[in-house]
Amino acid sequence: MQTEHNEIISKARLIGLFEKNRKLLVRNDTKFLAVKRDKAFASFVELGFPDTSLEAWSLTDLEECLARGYDYHLHPMKEMDIQKVFRCNIPHLDTAVIGQLNGWYVSKDVPLMKLGNGIIMGSLAEARKTYPQLIEKYYGTMADDMAEGLTALNTAFAQDGVFIYVPDHVKSPRPVQLINVIHHGENLFLQPRNLIVVGANAKLSLVHCDDSYNHQASFSNIVTEVHVGAHGVLDHYKLQNLNNESTLVSSVYFRLEEAANLESHYISLNGGMLRNNIRLLFNGPHGNANIYGIYLMDGRQHVDNQVFVDHAHPGCTSHEMFKGILDEHAHAIFNGHVLVRRDAVKTDARQTNKNILLTDTARVNSKPFLEIYNDDVKCSHGSTTGQLDTESMFYMRQRGIGEDTARMLLMFAFADEIVSKIAIPQLRQRIEDMVKKRLQGELQICEQCVLHCSSPEHPVEFQIDMSKILA
Amino acid sequence: MLLQIKNLHAGINGKEILRGVNLEVNKGEVHAIMGPNGTGKSTLASVIAGREVFDVTAGEILYKGKNLEALSIEDRAREGIFLGFQYPVEIPGVSITNFLRTAVNEIRKFKGLDPLPGGDFLRLMEEKKRLVEITSNLTNRSVNEGFSGGEKKKNEIFQMAMLEPMLAILDETDSGLDIDALRIVANGVNKLRRPDNAFVVITHYQRLLDYIVPDFVHVLFEGKIVKSGGKELAIELEEKGYDWIKKEQEA
Repeated sequence: MQTEHNEIISKARLIGLFEKNRKLLVRNDTKFLAVKRDKAFASFVELGFPDTSLEAWSLTDLEECLARGYDYHLHPMKEMDIQKVFRCNIPHLDTAVIGQLNGWYVSKDVPLMKLGNGIIMGSLAEARKTYPQLIEKYYGTMADDMAEGLTALNTAFAQDGVFIYVPDHVKSPRPVQLINVIHHGENLFLQPRNLIVVGANAKLSLVHCDDSYNHQASFSNIVTEVHVGAHGVLDHYKLQNLNNESTLVSSVYFRLEEAANLESHYISLNGGMLRNNIRLLFNGPHGNANIYGIYLMDGRQHVDNQVFVDHAHPGCTSHEMFKGILDEHAHAIFNGHVLVRRDAVKTDARQTNKNILLTDTARVNSKPFLEIYNDDVKCSHGSTTGQLDTESMFYMRQRGIGEDTARMLLMFAFADEIVSKIAIPQLRQRIEDMVKKRLQGELQICEQCVLHCSSPEHPVEFQIDMSKILA
Repeated sequence: MLLQIKNLHAGINGKEILRGVNLEVNKGEVHAIMGPNGTGKSTLASVIAGREVFDVTAGEILYKGKNLEALSIEDRAREGIFLGFQYPVEIPGVSITNFLRTAVNEIRKFKGLDPLPGGDFLRLMEEKKRLVEITSNLTNRSVNEGFSGGEKKKNEIFQMAMLEPMLAILDETDSGLDIDALRIVANGVNKLRRPDNAFVVITHYQRLLDYIVPDFVHVLFEGKIVKSGGKELAIELEEKGYDWIKKEQEA
């Protein structure tokens, strides 16, 4: 059976599904990858889905999300015409666009391309076949299948996703935009798997968008592995604008080699249940990572950012700054954990989490945490949660600015500390617009943020602009 | 008459601070309100501006003949009431330009006018900056963020110049200013004086009144205006302090 319909997602169902379809899943695996897959499966059998008895999941309960029925597709869905264009309408934003529809790489007839400068990008499934050695070198070396049930599950079932490889010393001339769209007539359970490799002294800007285009429920269990080689630079953006019926567990595993540089921006505008597992390992000295997050939640939306930074080598710097505005009954969780190992002298680690609660019913659980095993370090952490400042409100209104506008200006200013860090000017402008609209309650999930789209009620054709892809 | 305060009683959290204030301000006049600390000077300013934490328990404030009671803070401002803050608030992330453009255009909208075109707005900013001798590009910075005490007070006068209020209440604008900043602030006020507007200058010291010459001086003591006079009253207060007022009241 290749498609399972609308059933509750349970450990037993997935074990059954794996056992029945193992042959299909390992079809394109090298022996090495097949072993990895089987090990991951065994680990999932052991760990199962995370539940609230685990400390890292104590405030995010997936049970209700899993209990909704979902379809599980083991083949790409052919129902949509993907011959046309995924078009990004951010004016003058020149990106190479890679599309994923329901977790599957979308292409006309070029599932994987190698550009003149050696950059490879396209379908991970295809890359497994075409570049098995390259894949074996990196795939599964960052994600931890033994510790996280959901990561193990993803590895066990991983079929497709995106692969990007920037060879040593190559600087990608323009940002790559990875658009992951969920659009299907039934509830969907999907498990894309991405692998991003930025070589030594190489450079990449990656804009990674998760969007949904109708109001159907979905559960995405996405695992992304990111390797940044020595002196490599990655500018990474994660945009999340999903409908209220979506559950998204996004686990990103970063590995930074010596003096590698990462800027990562998590921008969560909408989503029913969002969980970001961000795990970063400094795998060499003098690395630098800035991780920024902004989340704007309302209704009964839930966002949970778990950031773990492993300072395993000396002289690395990590700065985390997560800010959120929560309205109505929204709930946000921030758990920052910085581990400074014994040898990691001259570590500079900072964690900041700031929240504004607009109602009495919105909630925040914030826990920045430092675990330090040497004393030659500079570490700090802080967390604040409060209402909009009444002094500022009075001051602005006294100048003739209406109460609603004053509130907007203050919220926007609060968010802008994060948004202003976006290095791509056109993207920054668009995100500023989206944040404004979001704060005014005008941003819909069909907002023309990344794709051309009319409204979620209208059938949407997903289209790939091949001229953009074949750079 | 621009402002008429009749028997105003007001307080906060059930504690009465103003205990029957009476004050009349006509167009073209400058009034100084003096008095010891904690007698309600800042409360009076806040209550006129409509600050919601204060409760008016008796009396009324008429502005241009209309009772202010039902008007929101922003509508009072749009009607031409300006409060220069004793402690201007820092608003990180909101540039002065954006802040003032929003304010100017919301006031224009209230008056049924179209928004000021961008170029005109910037020209207006440059003109008013000169008035308060702002030479730096203060205007690209966030409102009051990281400003020195003097810069904050100059910024208040600059905002007043931009918004052209009918009634400006300056709450201890002189506090914490060195003599140069004091002169600049006072010059700014003097240049903005017109026959159709009025100023209420709240100050603790007579020093400011050397530069902004008031038509009337009032002494606020224990929530009431207990003495009114001309500018010579300020000089008398400077010489004798407030003790004689206290003794007079006790007598």
